Amino acid sequence: MSERKQLVAGFALLFALIISGLTYILWPRPAWTEAELATLRTLWIGSLPPLAPDPSNQYADDPRAAEFGKQLFFDTRFSSNGEVACATCHIPEKGFQDGLPLARGIGTTTRRTMPIAGTAYSPWLFWDGRKDSQWAQALGPMESAVEHGGNRTQYAHLIDEFYRTEYESIFGALPDFSDTARFPESAGPVADPIASAAWNAMTPEDREAVTQVYVNMGKAIAAYERLIMTGPSRFDAYVQAALKADTKTMNSSLTSDEVEGLRLFIGPANCIQCHNGPLFTDNHFHNTGVPAVDGLPEDTGRAQGAQSVLTDEFNCLSPYSDASPEDCSELRFMVADGEELLRAFKPPSLRNVAGRAPYMHAGQFTTLEDVLAHYNSAPTAPAGHTEIEPLGLSDRQLGYIIAFLKTLDGEITAP
Amino acid sequence: MKTQTAKTILIVALTAIITVIVFILLMPIIGPRFMHPLMSGYMPMHANSVPPASLDISTVRTTDNGLYRVSFTSELNPLAINQIHTWTLHIETADGQPVENAEITVDGGMPQHGHGLPTRPQVTQNLGNGDYVVEGMKFQMGGWWEVKFSITSGGKTDTVTFNLILEG
Repeated sequence: MSERKQLVAGFALLFALIISGLTYILWPRPAWTEAELATLRTLWIGSLPPLAPDPSNQYADDPRAAEFGKQLFFDTRFSSNGEVACATCHIPEKGFQDGLPLARGIGTTTRRTMPIAGTAYSPWLFWDGRKDSQWAQALGPMESAVEHGGNRTQYAHLIDEFYRTEYESIFGALPDFSDTARFPESAGPVADPIASAAWNAMTPEDREAVTQVYVNMGKAIAAYERLIMTGPSRFDAYVQAALKADTKTMNSSLTSDEVEGLRLFIGPANCIQCHNGPLFTDNHFHNTGVPAVDGLPEDTGRAQGAQSVLTDEFNCLSPYSDASPEDCSELRFMVADGEELLRAFKPPSLRNVAGRAPYMHAGQFTTLEDVLAHYNSAPTAPAGHTEIEPLGLSDRQLGYIIAFLKTLDGEITAP
Repeated sequence: MKTQTAKTILIVALTAIITVIVFILLMPIIGPRFMHPLMSGYMPMHANSVPPASLDISTVRTTDNGLYRVSFTSELNPLAINQIHTWTLHIETADGQPVENAEITVDGGMPQHGHGLPTRPQVTQNLGNGDYVVEGMKFQMGGWWEVKFSITSGGKTDTVTFNLILEG
């Protein structure tokens, strides 16, 4: 064989190898395995079950209660300075949050405002789960000195003055609060020493009458908040198409970068461990080593939240709850202590996450890039032990995940 | 002739090596999305969520020392993540007699993740005939879960572990 022939033969062989290799790599194959498709289905909004009743709130699905609750939600009179309502921090135009690292009402809180959409599905409310229903949650900020700054008798008088008709049509007769010797203008179990002393001076029966009105306010607000939901996103269109193997719709719903981000999200980036289910949260508590913020008091997260909810006067087992003890499984069988609760916080839903900077429980991270960099490096936790391990992903891969997260935007609907 | 063959082989080998190197260098540009999952260094699913192939996921098991035969049924069927629910446990002796008045404790977790159950389930009712109600069962992520029961009856304790694979 001549030298030339040998060379030609050699290159032909090499060419064949390269072609077959490229064919193997680039040959179209099913985008997802059966197991991956099953995982995608669990994240799809179509997998979200109908909202279960809230046994702790007999007014939860009463449209009149929702209408009344909506009025309360936006009414700034329910505050110490007449300027703070629920909607001050839970701004509808911003997805019912405020875009600030720390919430600002009368003063500044020590945590980030949480979004509301879909929280009716969560057994625990707040970053530390210190409340176990939406109605109990709604009552927390109203008595916080740095949020609404008001108190129970003040609110009872306001209901009496401005909402008697609405209130009585739903909850029955409103007690007579006109005797300000029995029902001071300002009294409640709050930080303010004067209001607190006035509250302690009231008879248990009078306190009970005021608290019942307060509880009903919470149940009305919850009836409204229950209806705040997030709608389908491009991701959901993609999954719906993927389940039917509709390649055309799949390709028009997500770009290849976004699909690669999704692949990382459900795979090597481990995001799905906590951000699972159709709302992209397990509503449980996780220490992910999020840094502490200088100047803020020590935050033990769920460790404190678990103790708080057990003794909360408005929890599922309380006399103000409409639930029977059998309906309070989450509270009765909760993990109340242990190392894993220290600095563990609840993962919020990732739906609409791209428009919800800054991130984490005290707004520690300004951008999604910062968040992903944190998860990629997995630093030591300031207290307790982080559950995450370094991912070792490239900047390009982190970019894919961020691209994917931006496909989770859906319209937030509220009545 | 021999040197010619060697030369050809050398050229072909070098070209092949260069091609591979160029391909590797181009990877950051073409991105991982065109690659076969095996080539990008990971399996399609996260390795931690892949349970051992030989895992016994039967819902009827004999306790570790052979004292009892234990089975469970879940009110949530199929099992799913993030929903608190109730199990019914049935316990009988090795020769099929129901074990009444057993003391039972519940534990569990994800062996591949090193964490326990998200709740503290408890046996809340003895239904008789070897049946017991376990309330507070919950799993908060997909993958391999273990649920362990410690059963004491007549002063004799034995343990049993059920393996579950959850979607999610």
